[in-house]
Amino acid sequence: MALLELYHYWVFVVLLMIGFYAVIAKLNLIKKLIGLSLFQAAVFLLYITMNKVEGGTAPIFTDGAVDQLYSNPLPQVLILTAIVVGISTLALGLGIVVRIKEEYDTIEEHEIQEIDRQ
Amino acid sequence: MTVVFSFFLLTMLIVTAIAIVRIRDLFAAVMLSGIFSLLLAANFFLLDAADVALTEAAVGAGISTVLFLSALAMTTDKEKAAPSNRIIALIVVTAMTLALIYSTFDNPAFGDPDAPIHQHVAPWYLETTREAIDIPNVVTAVLGSFRGYDTLGEVFVVFTAGIGVLFILGAPSGKPRQTTDLHSEGLRHYLVPRVVGRMLTPFILLFALYVQFHGDYGPGGGFQAGAIFAAAIILYALLEGEKSALEAIPRSWLIAMTAGGALLYSAVGVAGMLLGGNFLDYSVLADNPVAGQHIGILLIEAGVGITVTGVLLSIFHAFAARDKF
Repeated sequence: MALLELYHYWVFVVLLMIGFYAVIAKLNLIKKLIGLSLFQAAVFLLYITMNKVEGGTAPIFTDGAVDQLYSNPLPQVLILTAIVVGISTLALGLGIVVRIKEEYDTIEEHEIQEIDRQ
Repeated sequence: MTVVFSFFLLTMLIVTAIAIVRIRDLFAAVMLSGIFSLLLAANFFLLDAADVALTEAAVGAGISTVLFLSALAMTTDKEKAAPSNRIIALIVVTAMTLALIYSTFDNPAFGDPDAPIHQHVAPWYLETTREAIDIPNVVTAVLGSFRGYDTLGEVFVVFTAGIGVLFILGAPSGKPRQTTDLHSEGLRHYLVPRVVGRMLTPFILLFALYVQFHGDYGPGGGFQAGAIFAAAIILYALLEGEKSALEAIPRSWLIAMTAGGALLYSAVGVAGMLLGGNFLDYSVLADNPVAGQHIGILLIEAGVGITVTGVLLSIFHAFAARDKF
């Protein structure tokens, strides 16, 4: 278990930063949105990592289980709703990208800025 | 064994994420992000979060892939090579990664039962659920009853996002587009997907209903069921064409579902007030407070499921209809 003690957190950090890199360095708007969902997924992973209790099981009571340890239900509730809210806001972002494509005929940020400057 | 497996899954997450960012073909990036979501769902399952895993698999691997693909169909699937401030971005990202990794050394060890997060309200939820609500799935109890206000807020966020997409994509587009037969007729001419899809759709719908109404006893609930239900209808629309899906569930129904679910949720809250309790206090809904909780959770989960289904399908149809202009 020693190997895994901090590995989950490191994976969270690396995923978060990969997503962040896509948001700031990529100029394609769809790529930016994919980066944003990677960033979001990293946060989900952090919360769910923290909910784990060593030797515990999913927080669903089973009949006749005595002294059973359960993992923390609260982060699960938060992330459960966050995932569905995430997909709705992602759809909103994609809708805006589609409208931008229709108006500017491109979804590359630098080309949009060039058209705006004209 | 589990250690090796989760080590493998976590490493695969990073590999997939790097591939997603590096690849220039957006179609491949979207497919890879579907794989990413599936890996993430497997990770959640290993971390004891069965409900979250179910949601991530349905939403991340299913619906978000479809939405991205419909957006790609209307934009472009190639990312242009562009002048970019890549070096500065890499320096910033590396510095932040190192700082954040340094900060993880202060975190409580993974799975430590004495971590601060497990000391505060969590034990109270676990103990009180048995007496006050008496359903086995604590996640559903917290979501539906203890933190009902939160969930109501989330439902309205989903509702608002759905309305936003309808406003943005509902506006007439300036440039008419060629209608393609592939989109209007779905994958009707491809035998294998059609036969397999036809066989699977009713079972997916049945599974969605099971997840909806079994959410008190096992992993499940309105959010997951809504996503699975929408996924089944989207599969049907992809196979048989969008028109057939709209014949099965017309647009007016979808709008009614979007609003109706949120209203049902709020109505349960108001009913509690009229019967002498607080807003979203289910104990007063029946003579026996525990039975009242059961009724309340069942109704609000139904509200959540209806709104999530309505919003996700409205969004899908908004994207699909836009494609035909």
